[in-house]
Amino acid sequence: MRDMSVSIAGVTLKNPVMTASGTFGSGQEYSEFVSLDRLGAVVTKGVANVPWEGNKTPRIAETACGMINAIGLQNPGIDVFIERDIPFLKKFDTKIIVNVCGRSIEDYCEVVERLADQPVDLLEINVSCPNVKEGGIAFGQKPEALYEITKRVKACASQPVIMKLSPNVTDIRVMARAAEEGGADCISLINTITGMKIDIERQTFALANRTGGLSGPAIKPVAVRMVYEASHAVSIPVIGMGGISCWQDAVEFMMAGATAVSVGTANFNNPYVTEEIIDGIEAFMERKGLSDIREIIGAVR
Amino acid sequence: MKNQEICEILRQNEIADGIFDMTLKTYRIAGAALAGQFVSIYLNDRSRLLPRPISICEADPGRSTLRLVYRVTGPETGTDILSTYEPGTRIHVTGPLGNGFPIDDLQNKRVFLIGGGIGIPPLLETAKRLHGTVIPVLGYRSGPFLENEFGKYGETYLASEDGSCGVKGNVLDCIRQNDLHADAILACGPRPMLRALKEYALSENIPCWISMEERMACGIGACLACVCKTTGRDEHSNVFNTRICKDGPVFLSTEVEL
Repeated sequence: MRDMSVSIAGVTLKNPVMTASGTFGSGQEYSEFVSLDRLGAVVTKGVANVPWEGNKTPRIAETACGMINAIGLQNPGIDVFIERDIPFLKKFDTKIIVNVCGRSIEDYCEVVERLADQPVDLLEINVSCPNVKEGGIAFGQKPEALYEITKRVKACASQPVIMKLSPNVTDIRVMARAAEEGGADCISLINTITGMKIDIERQTFALANRTGGLSGPAIKPVAVRMVYEASHAVSIPVIGMGGISCWQDAVEFMMAGATAVSVGTANFNNPYVTEEIIDGIEAFMERKGLSDIREIIGAVR
Repeated sequence: MKNQEICEILRQNEIADGIFDMTLKTYRIAGAALAGQFVSIYLNDRSRLLPRPISICEADPGRSTLRLVYRVTGPETGTDILSTYEPGTRIHVTGPLGNGFPIDDLQNKRVFLIGGGIGIPPLLETAKRLHGTVIPVLGYRSGPFLENEFGKYGETYLASEDGSCGVKGNVLDCIRQNDLHADAILACGPRPMLRALKEYALSENIPCWISMEERMACGIGACLACVCKTTGRDEHSNVFNTRICKDGPVFLSTEVEL
């Protein structure tokens, strides 16, 4: 029996494979394709203190080896989320990580406080969404702002806190350190890279929001580099993501320094991909004679 | 559990300019499909990540086949690549997806089946399953396609923008010039057509179900890319937005903002 479990802030995941926020809803839809019991964790779509309408359509456009999206964090609000989504996820033997979004620090804290007595394992704070005008990335591009929100959220959080970082910064190491100094228990990266696509036939933007976040295999090398840099800049664990679409990609992120990985856009291309990645990592461990997955974390220095 | 199937392309040919007619061998989807549902087609070239949502034109459980009629949206697009796949090629298909037309509520009634352009194909399976009087009204930019196949199910009326077939004008011009009437409308086509039909249905005081289209990513209701505005608060989203792929693509026209 090979040990695939990893630990994040005292929470043990049965394996390092989780979903990336925003691509997997609260798991309901994909549970018709994959067994959520097999996943290390489900990371939910971002939830705010009140319902958010999101952006106008078109919200997505395909690009070479990727896509850009500007959903705009549409969500039903924390009340419906607690009433419907958490009970659904509790039926499965997986860890629950709730992604939290807001327009102000107070908004984030309100959601975090509402989740205090809920059976939630970890919180992921979204300070890196490029598609909303207020909040989101505004907190994720200046180290002082990131430090401040991390500190404030930590002060009111009952569960360990993951700060989700934006790649749209000059030096990811500075941001990683700001989150750690603010008290973050873990960081996750990368969120999407801000992009744009123009429809030349219609002579207009492909997305109603004009810009959107680029995801998919196109961004993977950028993400691997940033995970490598961030994991060497801090001592808290790093969750790696950005274009992971097969087990080889997951192993690559872990060797770069990620303790766990999130799979996002790849679910759209292959709804079974999360389970396939778990199987693939296990087969890789067997082939390499690894008894503990922790042996590969940060193995490439 | 929903499944993805690996389907073999049995045949494929171009039936009108840029319109392709593809038949797939499928053991599960054909039997499960409802009229007005769609499937997600994945390209074998995985540099194109997103599945293409394509409506089901016909499903034949007896022969285990699924027929898709789709439009190539431009050179080098995913649908352009799909159109080059030879018989024998195997592709990943997820489905059937979405809700479909409310066939059971409309049996033994007079029903308009109104299609515009590439919105026409899903109405063929719909025509097949409706027992009553079906009145297909098909609008084209120019030359027609599939029109003869609709003829088997009811007297079919055509309209075209350039006058190359049927009434010169749109589907509503066609309905008025032929003095047609029905108890309900099932429609699929471009947004301006659906908007006009919504108004027409209100003025005639008949129910109108429309099949909506929007750019999709996951195709199963998780990503919230393909939403449309609703007139009331949507039960799932808790805002005035509904998911076209999961809660639609068919909606009562009065439930959505067009």
